[in-house]
Amino acid sequence: MTAPALPDTHPPAQKTWWQQNQQRLAPWLFLAPGIFMFMMYVIIPIFQSVNISFYEWDGLGEATWVGADNYIELMDDEAFYTSLKNNVIWLVLYMLAIPGGLLVALFLNQTVRGIRIYKSLFFFPFVISQVVVGLVFAWFYDPNFGLMNIALGWFGIEPIAVLANEDYVTYGIIAAGLWPQTAYCMILYLTGLNAVDPEQIEAARLDNAKGVKMLWYVILPQLRPATFIAVVVTVIGALRSFDLISIMTDGGPWGSSRVLAFYMYEQAFSEYGFRMGYGAAIAVVLFLIMMIYITGFLYKMYRDERGR
Amino acid sequence: MFPTPIEKTSSGAQIAYKIALPVALIVWLLPLIAVALTSVRSAGDITAGNYWGWPTSFNLIENYTAIFEQTPIGKYILNSFKVTIPTVIGAVAISCMTGFALAVYKFKGNLLLFFMFVAGNFVPFQILMVPVRDLTLDLGMYNTWYGLALFHIAFQAGFCTLFMRNFIKALPYELIEAARVEGISEIRIFWYVVMPLMKPALAALSVLIFTFIWNDYFWATVLTQGADQQPITAGLYSLNGQWVAAWHLVSAGSIVAALPPVLMFFLMQRHFIAGLTLGAVK
Amino acid sequence: MLYTSLKLTAALAASTLISSAALAGELVINTDTSDPAPKAAFEALIKGFEAENPDVTVTWNLFDHEGYKTSIRNFLTADSPDLANWYAGNRMLPYVNAGLFEPVDDVWEENGLKDSLASSVGSMTIDGKIWGVPYTYYQWGVYYRKDIFEEQGIAVPTNWDEFKAAGAKLSEAGITPITIGTKYLWTAGGVFDYINLRTNGYDFHMALGKGEVSWTDDRVKATMNNWKELIDAGFFLENHAAYSWQEALAPMVQGDAAMYVMGNFAVAPLREAGLSDDQLGFFQFPVINPDVPLAEEAPTDTIHIPANAKNKEDAKKFLAYLARPEVQTEINKTLGQLPINKNSEVGEDKFLQAGYEMLSTTDGGIAQFFDRDYPAEMAKAGMEGFQEFMVKPERMDAILERLEKVRARVYK
Repeated sequence: MTAPALPDTHPPAQKTWWQQNQQRLAPWLFLAPGIFMFMMYVIIPIFQSVNISFYEWDGLGEATWVGADNYIELMDDEAFYTSLKNNVIWLVLYMLAIPGGLLVALFLNQTVRGIRIYKSLFFFPFVISQVVVGLVFAWFYDPNFGLMNIALGWFGIEPIAVLANEDYVTYGIIAAGLWPQTAYCMILYLTGLNAVDPEQIEAARLDNAKGVKMLWYVILPQLRPATFIAVVVTVIGALRSFDLISIMTDGGPWGSSRVLAFYMYEQAFSEYGFRMGYGAAIAVVLFLIMMIYITGFLYKMYRDERGR
Repeated sequence: MFPTPIEKTSSGAQIAYKIALPVALIVWLLPLIAVALTSVRSAGDITAGNYWGWPTSFNLIENYTAIFEQTPIGKYILNSFKVTIPTVIGAVAISCMTGFALAVYKFKGNLLLFFMFVAGNFVPFQILMVPVRDLTLDLGMYNTWYGLALFHIAFQAGFCTLFMRNFIKALPYELIEAARVEGISEIRIFWYVVMPLMKPALAALSVLIFTFIWNDYFWATVLTQGADQQPITAGLYSLNGQWVAAWHLVSAGSIVAALPPVLMFFLMQRHFIAGLTLGAVK
Repeated sequence: MLYTSLKLTAALAASTLISSAALAGELVINTDTSDPAPKAAFEALIKGFEAENPDVTVTWNLFDHEGYKTSIRNFLTADSPDLANWYAGNRMLPYVNAGLFEPVDDVWEENGLKDSLASSVGSMTIDGKIWGVPYTYYQWGVYYRKDIFEEQGIAVPTNWDEFKAAGAKLSEAGITPITIGTKYLWTAGGVFDYINLRTNGYDFHMALGKGEVSWTDDRVKATMNNWKELIDAGFFLENHAAYSWQEALAPMVQGDAAMYVMGNFAVAPLREAGLSDDQLGFFQFPVINPDVPLAEEAPTDTIHIPANAKNKEDAKKFLAYLARPEVQTEINKTLGQLPINKNSEVGEDKFLQAGYEMLSTTDGGIAQFFDRDYPAEMAKAGMEGFQEFMVKPERMDAILERLEKVRARVYK
């Protein structure tokens, strides 16, 4: 989309300095507030955090340089591995939101009366705060009166205290997280389906393509941009999982539902957490994991930009 | 259209679809329906364990008045607005400019800067937490709504820039060229040529940011404390601790907390979805 | 538009900032006493002080109870008040170490507090200096449903065997012997404290807190094994890890559980939920090892002068006022807790009287609480381990080894 350089038709003599240079200066003026704020609050803090991770610091007194000690300690920290393992579970299971969202979108991609309302209501969970989602699901799982255990009771199954059970707790929280995330993916796919080329579908129909085959060979390739965005937001969502854990279990029971994001907060800021350096080291590890995805995303953007 | 439009299928399938639709919706929203129902129950029902049966009385007004009278929930909501509205204005304003600069001008480092904003937008919050808290403390803005809003503006600038830059890039560049030929200054091009075309993007972005910020919980707990400054998400959590087993109040509080973004969504649905799905289609 | 919003910002800043520009004679107090009773107690306390010192104006910033635990770090460093409430023992250690609290030995000296507040000198002293003034404490012990005990023909247990027998009888009747909610961990710390105090005594308990004893020591194992007896016998509420301490009150109110190992602050919500004094009783945690003198748990709440305070002179006046017997009598009447000053009067409430009686006759020593006697990191790891132990007692050795690892790091 590069613009062809037009010949300058004005005589250059009467131009002021500003008029001559404004094309060069204007972008920086427009960028200045944004860059300043972003530097102050995002870019510089990343480096500061990396720096803090080499110190032992309680957030109150003096910080002492300890080199890589925090990272060495991490390598031998059970809670760190529990968190890491849970992060992986989150990453994998959260992906279910993508096929889930596609399924709901296919179900709703009709033109019957009132379908718009249905679409909005299906999207509802995404609009609600995770705090509310967390409270709602904590309640859903309550061993005494939670809807889930009442339903299990109909089948003669003993109540399960999902959030107090080290084996189930992470899955229980992920299920709560999948609810809004599926809604998000659904809306992405609904928009994508809207833009699918009807002629290609007709052509495929004439070739007798139907159902799953049609979906796989004709529809999904056209939905690729929607799938890409869905993967990006879902990965980010999975790695940022903090709110639900904090609200539903506070990391428990005995820390078995922690993820890195939560563990970091716990070490640095919670009631008993005074270890800024150690927390920062956890954050750096999380950042590096996220960096893999960020790099991939940027690489794709870079290719798209050059391809334009 | 895919899947096959339901009108073109057998009547049996059509009926089945029409039944399946509301059933699926009810199952999908079951947790929320439960909350809405509980929010009108009486305290008596709750202590008697009548969570799922028919309410013995409908206490809609009592319960919702109770949460406003007995707790600072009104204050929390006000704080949420105080954080959210300036953030929407600030982030959108900043990103209009950055987006314009990155979309319209060719200069060294353009793509690099753009990628900086995009990458920053994906960074895990936790790596920013300690330094941002210290910065806010140093600025004397700890535990103030504007300290929180300032951070949100800065952080959202990442996402908003991505959004605005791509939007402006899709505008016809000839317009700007033509204006330049007319000798119109860059600032006036921004204001009179580009801005009027950006209205749909402004609307979409505003609604999105509103929802994001309203629902933020993490930064609210890191940068604010107590009913004086905390927004509703953090407030609801601390109220949950106070309303022990008073589930009718917790539910009513949850509904109140969810209401503003929900209203926003229904009023501005088209813009909201346009904003969320930017990039989902080519 | 910009101008008005700027003005608005400034106005709000002025009204909401924790006042930093203290005028002469202005005294800023930060407290977390946001619950109804503590709030009323502090209102009266401040009013009384102002009446006596008309030249001092008190600015009182009230914080949310939970939020205070983290906000105290911020205001002590960034925007310090002249006084702040906190807790005794190791809970104040990080702030003392960071030089954020002011030693107040002179206040103690001038007002003879070493005599009148003698019982708390130990828990207020770090590095030979005294760091604040205590104003209240409260007992821990077993709160129980008297009516259920009577119904089942159970006498108040005084030793371990009777205690276990009482639980067995309750279980038989389909009643959970002890309710507890360990979602936020600390409740499990209280149970550990008592079993350890009764098994090994005060000195051992404190040595463990100081990191002088290994967590894999046989004596710790003895404590855990005693605890395990209760767990194996199904003493504790099922799914306790899913509940907060308040949620765990419900089964006791409904008569599905009979006992709660708790602090005296549980009495107020239990009464509010409808239990009368005929239904609710208190007894001292039973004897486990008869050779060990009975120690008790009684957390002390305190007020401190931050090192960055601007008006230390009036702050010291306030502390002296707070230490007086009649002031402590008043404030604790409202709080429903026990005064520290030995010349104060104890409220007439039966639980207060019982607690006072128990604490003033105890000869085994008074512990603060697990998270006040043990350093923060050790406390967190410990309570998490206890929670796990209460659900998976078979993991005892693994848990203790993990705690030992934490000990090796924390006390270097």
